[in-house]
Amino acid sequence: MNTSMAFRRLLALPAPLRARSYSILNRPAPNYPGHVPLTYLERGALAIGSAFGSLRNPHRHDLIASLGETTSSPYFISRLRKAMLANDTGRRILKDRPRITSKSMSLETLRQLPPNTVGYAYAAWLDREGVTPDTRDSVRYIDDPEEAYVMQRYRETHDFTHAITGLPVIIEGELAIKAFEFANTLLPMTALSMAAVVRLKKVERQRFFQTYLPWAVSNGLKSEEVINVYWEEELETDVEVLRTRLGIEVPPDLRDARKALRNEKKAEKAAREARERLGAATGV
Amino acid sequence: MASLLPRATKRLRLANTSSFVCTDCRRRAFASSIRHTQQQPTPSQHASQGEKTTHFGFATVAEEEKASKVRSVFSSVASNYDTMNDLMSLGIHRLWKDHFVRSLNPGVRTSATGPPEGQTILDIAGGTGDIAFRMLDHATTINRDSLTKVIVSDINPEMLGEGKKRFSTSPYMHAGRVSFLEANAEDLSAVPSASVDLYTVAFGIRNFTHKDKALAEAFRVLKPGGVFACLEFCPRLSNSLMNGFYKRWSFGAIPLIGQVVAGDRDSYQYLVESIERFPSQTEFAGMIKDAGFLVPGERGEDGQIEGGWEDLSLGIAAIHKGVKPAQRAL
Repeated sequence: MNTSMAFRRLLALPAPLRARSYSILNRPAPNYPGHVPLTYLERGALAIGSAFGSLRNPHRHDLIASLGETTSSPYFISRLRKAMLANDTGRRILKDRPRITSKSMSLETLRQLPPNTVGYAYAAWLDREGVTPDTRDSVRYIDDPEEAYVMQRYRETHDFTHAITGLPVIIEGELAIKAFEFANTLLPMTALSMAAVVRLKKVERQRFFQTYLPWAVSNGLKSEEVINVYWEEELETDVEVLRTRLGIEVPPDLRDARKALRNEKKAEKAAREARERLGAATGV
Repeated sequence: MASLLPRATKRLRLANTSSFVCTDCRRRAFASSIRHTQQQPTPSQHASQGEKTTHFGFATVAEEEKASKVRSVFSSVASNYDTMNDLMSLGIHRLWKDHFVRSLNPGVRTSATGPPEGQTILDIAGGTGDIAFRMLDHATTINRDSLTKVIVSDINPEMLGEGKKRFSTSPYMHAGRVSFLEANAEDLSAVPSASVDLYTVAFGIRNFTHKDKALAEAFRVLKPGGVFACLEFCPRLSNSLMNGFYKRWSFGAIPLIGQVVAGDRDSYQYLVESIERFPSQTEFAGMIKDAGFLVPGERGEDGQIEGGWEDLSLGIAAIHKGVKPAQRAL
C-alpha cells in the first residue's frame, strides 16, 4: 500500500480514531493551554513511571496527578463527566467551570462563619492539618477540555472531601479518602493508590482494614456523587445537613485514635520501666 | 453488602448514556471556553511589537528574555542534573566528556622557556564542574602538571553552587586551582584579553542568545595559539534510520523521564527543542571560522567546511575545535 492510499484510508476513519493517528514527532495542536497530546506508548510509560515513582516517594503529588490523568482515559473520566451531566448541579458546574485557588477561597472570611457550616469546617480542617488550598497541579494529559476540567475539579475539591469526613492528611487518612473516592468516582488512580497499604505499619493496616476501608466502601457507594457538589455555594450550609443530603457518615476520628494508641503505649512503657527499676532495686 | 450492589451498578450504568446531548450546555461551554482562551495573554504578544526575537526551543521570544528563561530552566534542573544526564544519554555523556578532555590533553609537562607555568583553562557553561574536574585530573595525573588551573564560568548561580559543592571535597579547591565566575558568555569582561590557553564549552553553546558574540569573546580572551573547543549536540544524525529512532527518543522519552524523575517536563522539552534549533556541523564550523579561528578541515566547492569537526556516537554530539592564529591575519 503506497502512502497516498494509506493516507486516504486514514482520512476515511471515524473522527475519534482519526484523531489518535499521530506520532511523537507530529503531535496535534494542544486543545487547551498546557495540554500535551500523548501517544499510547507515552501514556503507558508515564502511567507506569508515575505509579512506581509515587509509591517510592508519596510526596511527589505531581506523579499522583499524572497517574490519575493517564489512567482515566478513555472510559473512566468520560463516565465521571456523564455523571456530572446527569445531575442538575453537575451541569451547572460544567457550565460555570469554577476554580478553587488560595485566592478564590479566602480563609479569613471562612473562619468568620458559624462553626457548624461547611466553610468553617473546611478552614478548621486546613488549620488543623497545617495545609493551604494552594494551587493544585494543572491537568495536562487529558485530551478533551471538558474532561480535563472534570479532573481538575476532582483534584481541587479533594480537600473538601477531607473536611466533611474529618480524615487527616497522613497516609492512613489519605488511603481511606482514596477508597471512598474510588467507590464514589471510579477513577482508577484512587484504586491504584491502595498499593500504598504496604507503607502502613501493622497496627495501622489492621485499623484500616477493620474500620476505615469498610466505612469508605459502604459510604462511597451509598452516597451521592461528591463531584456534583457546588462547594462554592455550600459554604454556609450546615455540615450535618450536607452530610445527610449526600448520605455520608463520619468515620471515627483518626487523629484521636492514634493519640489514644500512643498514650496507651507510653503508659505501658512507663509501667514496664517502673517495674524494671523496682526489680533492679530489690534485686529480683 | 448485598444492598450495596445496586449502588455499585448505578456507577456503571451511566456508561451507556452515550446519546446524552444538551445542545444548550454545549453551546455555552464552547462560548465560555472561547472567552477563556481570549483572556489568556498570548506569549508572543510581547515579542511581536517590533522587538528583535530569537528562538527558545520551538517558541519565539524577545531576545532580552532568552537569557533569563535559560537561567530559570537550569535553576530547575541543577539539583538532579547528573542523574538526568545519565538517564537521557544512558550514561554515554560520561564517555563523550572523557574523550573530549583526553583529546585536548590539558597540562604541560615541561616548558620551553623558564620555569613551568601551567595552563589557564576557561570552562564556559561548566557550572556543575564535570569538564573542569576531568581537566584537572588529566593534567595532574597524566601530565604531572600541578599548576594548571581552571576558571569555571556559568550564567546560572545554582549550577555554580553545585560545582562548588563538588569541588569542596577535592584537593584542587585548597590548592587554588579552581575558581568560579558567574558571567554571561557573551560578556566576559571579567577575564582579561589573551589570558586563556584553552577555552572549552560543553553542552552550553546551544543555549546562548548570540553565539557569534560568544565566539568573539572566546577569540578575545584566548592567547594567540590558544585552542577553542566545543562539545555540543547536533540537530540531526547522518543516518536517517538512526535519526528516526533518535528523534523519537528525544521528543518522547526525554520529557517523560524529566516528568517522572525531576517533576519538570517543560525544561526537558526545552532542552530537546534547543538541540533541534542548533546549526548543523558545517554551519557551526563556518561560524567558528568567521570568528577568526583556524579550523581544521577544508572548504568544499560550495564554500562549506568539510571534515572540520569530530562526530561522536553517529552524530548525536560533535567536537568542534579552532585555534587562534599566532599572529593576527593582516
